[in-house]
Amino acid sequence: MSICISTYCSIRNNQIKLNGEALLTKGVEVPFNEFIKSAYDLNASPYLKFFKMDDLCKLAFITSEFLLKNRKLSEQYGAENVSLLFANTSSSLDTDINYYNTVKDFASPSLFVYTLPNIMLGEISIRNKFKGENAFFVFEHFQADFLCNYATQLIQEQKAKTVVIGWVELLNENYEAFLCLAEETPDGTELTNENLNKYYNG
Amino acid sequence: MKTVFAAQGNIISSLGFTAEENFSAMEQGRTGIQKFTREDFLPFSFYASLVDDGKLNEKFSALNNKQNFTRLEKIFILSIADVIEESGLDIKAGNTLLIISTTKGNINLLEEENYGGFSEKRLLLSDMASEVARYFGMKNSPLVLSNACISGVLAIITAQRLIRSGQYENVIVSGGDLVSEFTLSGFNSFKALSDEPCKPYDAARKGITLGEGCGTLLLTSDENLLNNNDKKIIVAGGSVSNDANHISGPSRTGEELALAVTNATKEAQCGIAIDFISAHGTATAFNDEMESKAFSVAGLQNVPLNSMKGFFGHTLGAAGVIEAVVTLETMKRNVLLPSQGFQNSGVSEQLNIITQREKREVNTSLKTASGFGGCNAAVIFKSI
Amino acid sequence: MDALIAKLKTQIIEQLNLEGVSPDDISPDDSLFGEGLGLDSIDALELIVLLEKNYGLKIENPADGKKIFATIRTIAEYITAHGKA
Repeated sequence: MSICISTYCSIRNNQIKLNGEALLTKGVEVPFNEFIKSAYDLNASPYLKFFKMDDLCKLAFITSEFLLKNRKLSEQYGAENVSLLFANTSSSLDTDINYYNTVKDFASPSLFVYTLPNIMLGEISIRNKFKGENAFFVFEHFQADFLCNYATQLIQEQKAKTVVIGWVELLNENYEAFLCLAEETPDGTELTNENLNKYYNG
Repeated sequence: MKTVFAAQGNIISSLGFTAEENFSAMEQGRTGIQKFTREDFLPFSFYASLVDDGKLNEKFSALNNKQNFTRLEKIFILSIADVIEESGLDIKAGNTLLIISTTKGNINLLEEENYGGFSEKRLLLSDMASEVARYFGMKNSPLVLSNACISGVLAIITAQRLIRSGQYENVIVSGGDLVSEFTLSGFNSFKALSDEPCKPYDAARKGITLGEGCGTLLLTSDENLLNNNDKKIIVAGGSVSNDANHISGPSRTGEELALAVTNATKEAQCGIAIDFISAHGTATAFNDEMESKAFSVAGLQNVPLNSMKGFFGHTLGAAGVIEAVVTLETMKRNVLLPSQGFQNSGVSEQLNIITQREKREVNTSLKTASGFGGCNAAVIFKSI
Repeated sequence: MDALIAKLKTQIIEQLNLEGVSPDDISPDDSLFGEGLGLDSIDALELIVLLEKNYGLKIENPADGKKIFATIRTIAEYITAHGKA
């Protein structure tokens, strides 16, 4: 069996697409907070911690909820074999700026904790009980080759049985999320640079 | 699979501008933590470990560079330049990669009027890394890693993987972070700042002391780059795990850090035959307690262990690399350094915390880190 | 005291982003942490900020917070005893 992309999900331009199929579309004039709340409502699985997250984590969390719906990866592969490999352009800068605006008055601990991009990985791990490898990288642009090679190596060297690959970017209301699941499976599209790029762009 | 050697290292901190200077200061029992009164940082006095600006600018102007760099970029450049000079590495070659490990990068620009005269883009970690790489004329774009307080250890593990699989021959791992109003106010809002120099694992510990600086380490599959007189040390194993418990509070059982440690020792094929542990030891109540449980679960409760936070403070994204460089010096010199600030155990499980400098053969070492987001990382260095 | 309790409920719901919780859902004697409202350590830190911002009360040691933040009523009692609310 080869390592495949078994499922993928993107959220951009106020539209959620799972495996290429649109699940929710809102007009571009709808602000992010409103949009992501309707995405949460659509997902229909209550999780009150969602409302405490910063925007970047809300975006990553919702994308992962749609991607992983109907899957129980921790049970299937073992919690320690599920890995998260994420990246973006702006790290947590959007929340960094929001946090820093509170400093002169009363520094907010609940914002400060979100001034690290890997908190996204923490939130998704808590929700799904993932305990495996996790890493967060920062690139100017989406880097299919690096993500593809790294995920492949994790699986080939048996450090993970499945890898959630993620690109989750958010700054000043501009956002974009793309997540896919890489695993050894007979039915899926082979995990290659080209295919990863194709799904990311598609 | 290629063997990955740990070659030259550098540390820039309050204790010095080379690995040698830093290790000597630590051997003499000197801490880099001091009391500061800086109202631009916090409205009250605080303890921290800060890089001296006078020395930094003096060293940097000796490079005769005309371009304008931020404070952190200068620290990165000086640290990397030292490793390049010591190793004789051809930095412009296509088989060399730079990995920058940082949590907050140039975040201090947010605190300065007009971003200190720099472009707003300089707040982006990849932009900062590119400026540093461009200074050295590097061919490959640098890889930037930002994974809270495990960033440095994770960068070393990532480098090992990239070299082992033959994707690069040499990787320079450089971890750096500053003490700033941003980080101080944040840890203060968490009520996590100690009002005295931090005391990892001690019964009277009161929280963390922040520090700043940079650690740089050259990892390579090219044996010719190693110093002839030194022990040959390899990066023998590495692993990462997540607590899946809470975004800021560590695991209550330590099982997940123990998982990373056990996976790393499996890869290194060393079992529990470890001579020294450079632990994370932030001196917060919960972190140190979690680590004591984890080392107990992993069967490592008798291995001599220290936290270096009492010397450098917690240097965030730099910590893993700085502490790894000291660990490598510990192995090369066969000298165990005490855990600065520790007197009486304040954790529930037994730990063999080093209280005095000791000459002892050190051939296998474990470096660990844990951080916000529930992440844990462990790496094994082994002399061959 | 009742007015203070009512005000605290609104402030806490807002400060802690307690989605879907209305003031009527919280009884003054419900425990805020663990079972009850299920607040966590970060919420406790935000409550410290709330007391400082709105009532000028400083709690330096988070351990003290545990007792003070047990229920809405214990918070109100603490404010009445120490603050200028």
